[in-house]
Amino acid sequence: MATVNLTGRQRAGWGVANLVVIVLALIPVLWLVSLSFKTPTAVLDPSYWPSQWTWGNFSGILESSQFLRPLVNSIGIGLISTFISVVLASMAAYAIARLEFPGKSVLVGLALLIAMFPLIALVTPMFTIERALGLFNTWFGLIIPYVAFGLPLGIYTLSAFFREIPWELEKAAKMDGATPFQAFTKVIAPLAAPGMVTTAILVFLACWNDFLLAISFTSTITSRTAPAAMEYFSGGSVFTTPTGPIAAAAVVITIPIIVFVLFFQRRIVAGLTSGAVKG
Amino acid sequence: MAPITLDHITKRYPDGAVAVSDFNLEIADGEFVILVGPSGCGKSTTLNMIAGLEDITSGELLINGSVVNNKSPKDRDIAMVFQSYALYPHMTVRENMGFALKLAKQPKDVINQKVEEAARILDLTQHLDRKPANLSGGQRQRVAMGRAIVRDPSVFLMDEPLSNLDAKLRVQMRTQVSRIQRRLGTTTVYVTHDQTEAMTLGDRVAVLRSGLLQQVGSPAELYHRPDNLFVAGFIGSPSMNFLPGTVENEKLRTSLGDFVITDRLRRELEGAKTGRDVIVGIRPENFEDAALVPAEARARGITFRVTIDVLESMGSDVFVYFTQDRGTQTVNAAELDELAADAGTADTGVSADVVTARLDAATRVTEGAVAELWADGDTIHVFDPQTGRNLSVAAAAGTPVPPVPQTPPINNAGGSLD
Repeated sequence: MATVNLTGRQRAGWGVANLVVIVLALIPVLWLVSLSFKTPTAVLDPSYWPSQWTWGNFSGILESSQFLRPLVNSIGIGLISTFISVVLASMAAYAIARLEFPGKSVLVGLALLIAMFPLIALVTPMFTIERALGLFNTWFGLIIPYVAFGLPLGIYTLSAFFREIPWELEKAAKMDGATPFQAFTKVIAPLAAPGMVTTAILVFLACWNDFLLAISFTSTITSRTAPAAMEYFSGGSVFTTPTGPIAAAAVVITIPIIVFVLFFQRRIVAGLTSGAVKG
Repeated sequence: MAPITLDHITKRYPDGAVAVSDFNLEIADGEFVILVGPSGCGKSTTLNMIAGLEDITSGELLINGSVVNNKSPKDRDIAMVFQSYALYPHMTVRENMGFALKLAKQPKDVINQKVEEAARILDLTQHLDRKPANLSGGQRQRVAMGRAIVRDPSVFLMDEPLSNLDAKLRVQMRTQVSRIQRRLGTTTVYVTHDQTEAMTLGDRVAVLRSGLLQQVGSPAELYHRPDNLFVAGFIGSPSMNFLPGTVENEKLRTSLGDFVITDRLRRELEGAKTGRDVIVGIRPENFEDAALVPAEARARGITFRVTIDVLESMGSDVFVYFTQDRGTQTVNAAELDELAADAGTADTGVSADVVTARLDAATRVTEGAVAELWADGDTIHVFDPQTGRNLSVAAAAGTPVPPVPQTPPINNAGGSLD
């Protein structure tokens, strides 16, 4: 990569600009962390950092099934939705990237249309459908819409990755005696792995962060996900708002995301295909 | 090892474009056949049809005596070397070369033994555990060759395997490809757009143009007896010079001078009923500095005086370029235009009026001066301007074909094989 030589003045200017952006982004996060460590009575105190640090909020939510069960739901629903989305999306994306078939542009257009659709407009009809099908308040009641909305994203990301893989590799695999399925699993899929991981992260994040569908299609903790469950936290009495526990829960559900992205970031290695063809 | 028969093979795409039209070719067991032609002539399509990567619209393809039109590539026992090499980037050299055997469920020790044997032939032993990304262009090319050799297939297909290498490496690898093919004795079909590769490698060369097979023959046949204007212009480097000519009073009149018409040529011209206008083709090597031509040979050809525009001394030979007005004669020049486009002269703006001559190194001609040159009348070709057919070849039918004169020797060093 080309490095740009900056003068001292430019360097300082960029440094200040970066600092401003980072501070702006981090203030709410740190505030949330700070709140999660405050005692219930100190929540309204105006100091930014707690005067008295406590693990009470964390131990409170982690001891109650009102949060633990939704956390398990979130992980389960997120992983299943991600898995189904990536498997289906990789097949669809492969077809879109490699094959010429009638209706291809219509299919791509439809996928884009689904991605564009405002979710809020779909919630009410989907609610009625789910009630009628008996999917309301079940894991699959959330997995199905998550897969549906994860697919367009997955198809778009993956077809871009598949297009990068030289077609001759597949021809070579065919000449080497591979069936189309073997060519896909042994040659194309390993090369598209970074794309699949990227897609998986994006779909998982979308599922993990969803609040709208989760709050609409669930009614008990058997299927409610963590973000929706936080809405139902109760305070010490009717007159106290559960600010501390909510902040603690927010911190808890953010940690896996940070770990997830940091871990997989290393795997998203661009240029894995270098050396396949003359470089 | 297997013979291949292409019987009236045609490839028509759904949009109606015809890539290959009525292609007939018999390839003998163990033969090295080259498909050559400018880009878009259908040579790669033909290769892909033999490989099974593209469907055959009509006609029959036989490998080892059985029709394989509807067989998938893996059932045809064919190995292919791609222009881009198409090495699997996530596998080591060893895994790349052994992939086909692994898919065929061969035992591990057999795979290892075969891979190591091929690696030894190709001098890749010390690179077996590296990934393609860490190899040089020449090494990657050898891995691609190795992947084909390891399988011990009945047919090798090569799709411009050397065109991604630099000039020097290409010459070395060319020798090596030829040696490997001779050693293994495997039937090979090799596609290239480089006529030098075609001439040096092949037992037989098939020249294609716009999906039509123009001529099949040994390199010497194509060189000395091109069937038509296109083959004449495509084969040979530098390429043949074309001048308009007129048949008049027992003479073949060109802007360089009047050639004597032999009896056989006259009969051909009469039979062809082409009228008086023809195209005369003279290869650069059929010119000579008139001062160096022995007196008894002079009568065979014509001598003429021209101003030398450019002189290039190659050491062993001297190339001179001079301008000849082609006049305003209207000829069916589609083939000539296509040749010019292929040679790139249309893009570089070099006038088609430039004539190239290859003279002996002993010549005294100098750039910018008037020189007296001689053109050999025995070796000229006469073409029908309408059909492009070579009239002089038909006239010479039945006489033995002389060998191709060697182009200046190129560095053939390196390329150790055994």
